[in-house]
Amino acid sequence: RIKTLDTRDLAKSVSDGGCGECQTSCQSACKTSCVANQPCENKAVKND
Amino acid sequence: MIHQYKLNGYNIVLDVYSGAVHVVDDVAYDIIAMFENTPKEKIVCDITKRYNGNKGISEKDVLECIEDIQGLKNSGKLFSEDTYGNQVIDFKSRNTVVKALCLHVAHTCNLNCEYCFASQGKYSSEHKERALMSFEVGKQALDFLVASSGTRVNLEVDFFGGEPLMNWEVVKQLVSYARGIEKEKNKKFRFTLTTNGMLIDDDVIDFANKEMYNVVLSLDGRKEVHDHLRKNYKGEGSYDIIVPKFQKLAQSRGQKNYYVRGTFTHNNVDFTNDIFHMADLGFTELSMEPVVCSPSDPYALTQEDLPRLFEQYEILAKEMIKRKKAGSGFTFYHYMIDLKHGPCIYKRIAGCGSGTEYMAVTPWGELFPCHQFVNDPKYSLGNIWDGVTNTALRDEFKLCNVYARPQCTDCWARLYCSGGCAANAYHASGNITGIYQYGCELFRKRMECAIMIQAAQADK
Repeated sequence: RIKTLDTRDLAKSVSDGGCGECQTSCQSACKTSCVANQPCENKAVKND
Repeated sequence: MIHQYKLNGYNIVLDVYSGAVHVVDDVAYDIIAMFENTPKEKIVCDITKRYNGNKGISEKDVLECIEDIQGLKNSGKLFSEDTYGNQVIDFKSRNTVVKALCLHVAHTCNLNCEYCFASQGKYSSEHKERALMSFEVGKQALDFLVASSGTRVNLEVDFFGGEPLMNWEVVKQLVSYARGIEKEKNKKFRFTLTTNGMLIDDDVIDFANKEMYNVVLSLDGRKEVHDHLRKNYKGEGSYDIIVPKFQKLAQSRGQKNYYVRGTFTHNNVDFTNDIFHMADLGFTELSMEPVVCSPSDPYALTQEDLPRLFEQYEILAKEMIKRKKAGSGFTFYHYMIDLKHGPCIYKRIAGCGSGTEYMAVTPWGELFPCHQFVNDPKYSLGNIWDGVTNTALRDEFKLCNVYARPQCTDCWARLYCSGGCAANAYHASGNITGIYQYGCELFRKRMECAIMIQAAQADK
């Protein structure tokens, strides 16, 4: 009836986010309509 | 806030502030729609009546579903509240470092594309003449980046234009200089190159494969579409020249770390056919962007185009699922979302980093918030010798986040786009904290499709 996908908890990311290691958005392909597809570079999150 | 929609047989419920995504059946979908503003007794009565017979939904079933929904709400995964607004205060005082530069190594171009936002590479301003960045200016720009990046190790530099391959020797010298200071400065440079492909040869391919983290290759799709707007100064199309070069480059990179990136216009609102054409040419890493231009331009997208464009994004998503299952999948940049390892809330609020973490450098060494502001005197930040001297402008960009845009308050996609592109907002509304409504419409549709693809992948 309800299937919940495996997603990053944004409320939790208040404490486990904000490291600033991510790239700026514009180093990718779009160049005209820039964050949803920016990967997180935080090692702990990447390995989760 | 939640967002509910149906697409490709999936009923999807996005919880905006937790980031949770639920795929539900029809009964749960309808109950969730009523949940916050309908008494429980009425939900039970309406749902059992609505599904009486064809799905055999009993009162007990409805009550169980209501309980599940309440459980999700209690655990913060449904109808969650916006608790991040107060954090914007932190953004005022946060100490940002410069992470990336867009180096305009060439304000000139060997193509004369009609829709070019950069006025055929020259960028409109008092600097009407064409220009190439000297090694000395480029070197100073890299030194500025190193000095402004704090303890950050990874630094990104995009060689941009105009057409950067028209200043290729300087590009190579700058890469060599950067590699030479990496160890001493404890930095690692990631270089990218954005090119129209006309000057790609074996030397470019070899060097790019050795040094470029990513390469962006401009191709609009089908030959007649591409050649209609991407011509040389004799008025000849460029498709036949660049496609074999792009194919060779992509193949030599093992079909990774590149994007074939197109622009679609009013002339090809059936742009998925151009994406499929790129895929049929053998390219697997694809991006296609809506043209951003004056509404009076003959190729400008119109309000009447919107329903067709929405349909195209859906066709693209469904076809990508099909091709992936068949083993011939390809990547579409805007559908690449990682629900599990995507950006944190800080990044989602702050946006792309233009004007603070990301800046563009002109051939003369002047700094602008990004390539789309270049040579607009109101948006000069300073220069690479003196650094950011217009700190008021930098602070304006520091605060240019999703909470600075009142029009975004009720938008379900606000934590996916971070309020959108400041340059597009400026050109559409005259203010960087405005919005570019047309872009918002397309962005929301792309996100619906991207999340649906995630639901389909979880459905395996």
